[in-house]
Amino acid sequence: MTLKTRLIPCLDVMGGRVVKGVQFVDLRDAGDPVEAAMAYDAAGADELTFLDITASHEGRDTIFDVVARTAEHCFMPVTVGGGVRTIEDIRKLLLAGADKVAINSAAVNDPDFISRAADKFGNQCIVVSVDAKQRLTERVGGDNRSEWEIFTHGGRKPSGLDAVEFACRMVERGAGELLVTSMDRDGTKSGFDLKLTRAIADAVEVPVIASGGVGSLQDLVDGVTEGHASAVLAASIFHFGTFTIPQAKQYMREHGVAVRMDAA
Amino acid sequence: MSLVTIIDYGAGNLHSAAKAFERMAAVVGDITVEVTADPERVRQADRIMLPGVGAFADCKAGLDAVSGMVEALDEKVIRGGTPFLGVCVGMQLLASEGREKVVTPGLGWIPGAVQKITPSDPSLKIPHMGWNTISVTRPHALLAGIPDGPDGLHAYFVHSYHLVTDSDDTLLATTDYGGTVTACVGRDNIFGTQFHPEKSQALGLKLIENFLRWTP
Repeated sequence: MTLKTRLIPCLDVMGGRVVKGVQFVDLRDAGDPVEAAMAYDAAGADELTFLDITASHEGRDTIFDVVARTAEHCFMPVTVGGGVRTIEDIRKLLLAGADKVAINSAAVNDPDFISRAADKFGNQCIVVSVDAKQRLTERVGGDNRSEWEIFTHGGRKPSGLDAVEFACRMVERGAGELLVTSMDRDGTKSGFDLKLTRAIADAVEVPVIASGGVGSLQDLVDGVTEGHASAVLAASIFHFGTFTIPQAKQYMREHGVAVRMDAA
Repeated sequence: MSLVTIIDYGAGNLHSAAKAFERMAAVVGDITVEVTADPERVRQADRIMLPGVGAFADCKAGLDAVSGMVEALDEKVIRGGTPFLGVCVGMQLLASEGREKVVTPGLGWIPGAVQKITPSDPSLKIPHMGWNTISVTRPHALLAGIPDGPDGLHAYFVHSYHLVTDSDDTLLATTDYGGTVTACVGRDNIFGTQFHPEKSQALGLKLIENFLRWTP
């Protein structure tokens, strides 16, 4: 018996609708995140992540409805990220049926927020999003500083924080998991930044989810074998029907990665 | 119409648990699922589910803070024999004591202590988070029809501590994570799972169905 590597499809949601098109057959409404979630659930996804990219404050409440409706149909873990800034935001998402929340800007701006959130809800539901890029800011980081820097605002704004140091500090504060996204690779389909993923995965005790850049099934395997990730997250390759979840799992299994095949 | 109460003491993914129970209540039939913080409703229950996420001491404090709840549970479950299911920290609370951060007394229904998982392989991550198979050590009605072993179905775990029972008699199923980790405990009308049935797709829904049909 072994703990299986998790394969996590990610859905970008804006104002309660899926942003990137989801090309599944048999969906009544391809723009409905809940329909997409149900399709991923039936296909054997191990978890689901909703990333709420709604810009306006008014539109944000739609995510609670999406999560609540998903919880009625999908009996697997659901993580919600995007715009999580207060204890109240977390409480509302968990009450709606989310199992974990992914926190990005608020963790950069106020590390103490992670301590408070972990104390209140438990480390297991606090995921910190580590959005990293090749460093621009030269004069930060300690003696062991890495090649990467934390960026915010979708990779546009350098924070001056060393990525590996930040990751370690977040785990000390109580993060139960890290979602490591290479902002250099995101959307490029050229594979995860394996050096980044591995540098962080080897530095922390908690599981790391590799994210950003998946273009092929081999990329998923590499994220685990080379990047030392406990889980791999991808969006476009599944949404656009390039590959299905069972195809991805089959490939991973054939290449030595232990995955769960219950749905097969 | 029989009543299943899911106890609300501020520590648990109540919505998910309620939805999974409602799904299987519709399959079994003639069952109402109610999330409640009212000990009087718990006294009316035909089955009781105790969820729980977070730290042991916080959960125990949360349960103790609901006036009359521990007394109602004791009356129903220990003296009344009502079928009981504890999940995750709701299962760990059955132990004699928890040893997470501080030593905290538990309900004491399953003699044993809640201790940190110590995988033999230092590269294994803590928490033990994700899907793992289980191995049934003592056949039980709640595990009936669930394929176990390496080729069996998977359960979703997320925890850093587990309940080490004093007696093998109360250890019903295990999983492996650099060593043996407790997956299910129980005795008489009491059952507990370290994993989350409400998040474990096929395996979890089957276990919930078995619980709803269980006549210990």
